[in-house]
Amino acid sequence: MIYADNAATTKMSEAAVHTMTTLLQEVWGNPSSLYVHGQKAKEVLEQAREEIAAVIGASPREITFTSGGSEADNQAIRSVAEWGRLKGKMHIISTAFEHHAVLHTLNRLKREGFEITLLDVHENGLIRPAEVEAAIREDTCLVTVMTANNEIGTVQPIREIGAVCRAKKVFFHTDAVQAVGHIPLNVADDNIDMLSASAHKFHGPKGVGFLYVRKGVPLFNLIEGGAQERGKRAGTENVPGIAAMATALKEADAKRETNAAYLTKLRDRLIRGLLEIPHSALNGDAACRLPGNVNFCFEGIEGESLLLLLDDKGIQASSGSACTSGSLDPSHVLLAIGRVHDVAHGSLRLSLGEDLSEEDIDYIIRSVKEVVAYLRGFSPIWRDLMAGKKQFIL
Amino acid sequence: MALYSEKVMDHFRNPRNVGVIEDANGIGEVGNAKCGDIMKMYLKIEDDIVRDVKFETFGCGSAIASSSMATELIKGQPVSEVKKLTNQAVAEALDGLPDYKMHCSVLAEEAIHSALEDYQKRTGKSID
Repeated sequence: MIYADNAATTKMSEAAVHTMTTLLQEVWGNPSSLYVHGQKAKEVLEQAREEIAAVIGASPREITFTSGGSEADNQAIRSVAEWGRLKGKMHIISTAFEHHAVLHTLNRLKREGFEITLLDVHENGLIRPAEVEAAIREDTCLVTVMTANNEIGTVQPIREIGAVCRAKKVFFHTDAVQAVGHIPLNVADDNIDMLSASAHKFHGPKGVGFLYVRKGVPLFNLIEGGAQERGKRAGTENVPGIAAMATALKEADAKRETNAAYLTKLRDRLIRGLLEIPHSALNGDAACRLPGNVNFCFEGIEGESLLLLLDDKGIQASSGSACTSGSLDPSHVLLAIGRVHDVAHGSLRLSLGEDLSEEDIDYIIRSVKEVVAYLRGFSPIWRDLMAGKKQFIL
Repeated sequence: MALYSEKVMDHFRNPRNVGVIEDANGIGEVGNAKCGDIMKMYLKIEDDIVRDVKFETFGCGSAIASSSMATELIKGQPVSEVKKLTNQAVAEALDGLPDYKMHCSVLAEEAIHSALEDYQKRTGKSID
């Protein structure tokens, strides 16, 4: 089996599994209890907080544990919005291709009276800091731009965007769910006020994440009911999950440079191979992208049938086709970079992991070529394109 | 639980009656690329019987399987029977489709009805 859907989720590392299972059996106390067993859990929790903070250049008090990236995004945006509402600053800047955890939260705020500006992400899928600067107004409270896109993997110039926000005294949040553990990140150097992360994207467990909030940035809680996380997130902490997240992040960070170099080599080999398919195109900038992300559109075919046939060949990937989402529209990310519906339906995302070899990449290339040719063989669109009745887009 | 029934996967992996009939006397095309599904049906009708049928489909697994199953259901059938084909019959023959994929069976029904209308237009024969 070739697993090429690491942007969806990753397999837990052995070390993270070990941390988690050990704690489940041995340290099951409630960190809020005052007896020894509870205090042991509290120690584990605080050690995880220190380790995670160290990796991203934060102080431990700036880390709040959440149930994952979506909760962290919701809490970050909602917090600054609440502050903005009190200050009469009800304008938020974001981008058209954010994760739905951000976009849906912004839609809700729009209904509550906020004004939302979504920046153009351009054909290469990259935000321009000058356009962020131009969009900032007197009443802007927040800029939220993802560090790396979850579908096309483009890595944004967040340090420059952060600098613009700092100069204009506007809070800057980044959804770094796809980036943490994969590319270098430092909240101080990168001028980040708030950052969301999710453990299962870097070989940690599902259902755990964290929100970094720089000291002095407003933070309100979404979940009421207890004093955990300094009153900012009620609910008994998922101690084994949080500790396993810390284990996974330390490990990912230690191997980051080696893994990134290796994955970049595999990625570029795969991109070169797939570009040999006629009327295909890489989605997103070729250089400013996550080490393991490959995303293509193939004209004349539909993504779900491509995925099912690749699955038959033992390759697990994903697509931005409407049929894989249960809606009629293809991926909002592909539409945002200007891919028209006709070709956005024929997209394929392969997000690679360190366990893959060059032989695996060559097998993927052969398989995709074979399946695309097969599906085009009985596609009425392809027939019209080949007969000159329709113009090729790609 | 798998997304699709065994039968859907069988017709998706090994679609029946794929291709084009050069001398078809009824051709129907429905759907559009914007929505991600296009089905094209070719009929060869002789003596009010569907002697041959072929299809081409751009679409998801259930669209391809629905096209394939629809061609199987009408091949060799009299026109009077073919025009009664419903999307439910296609979906049932496939042992069901997920709710949000039922529109694929609707597309198959529409493609065949559209091809029958084309046949009527070309030949002037009534299919009522």
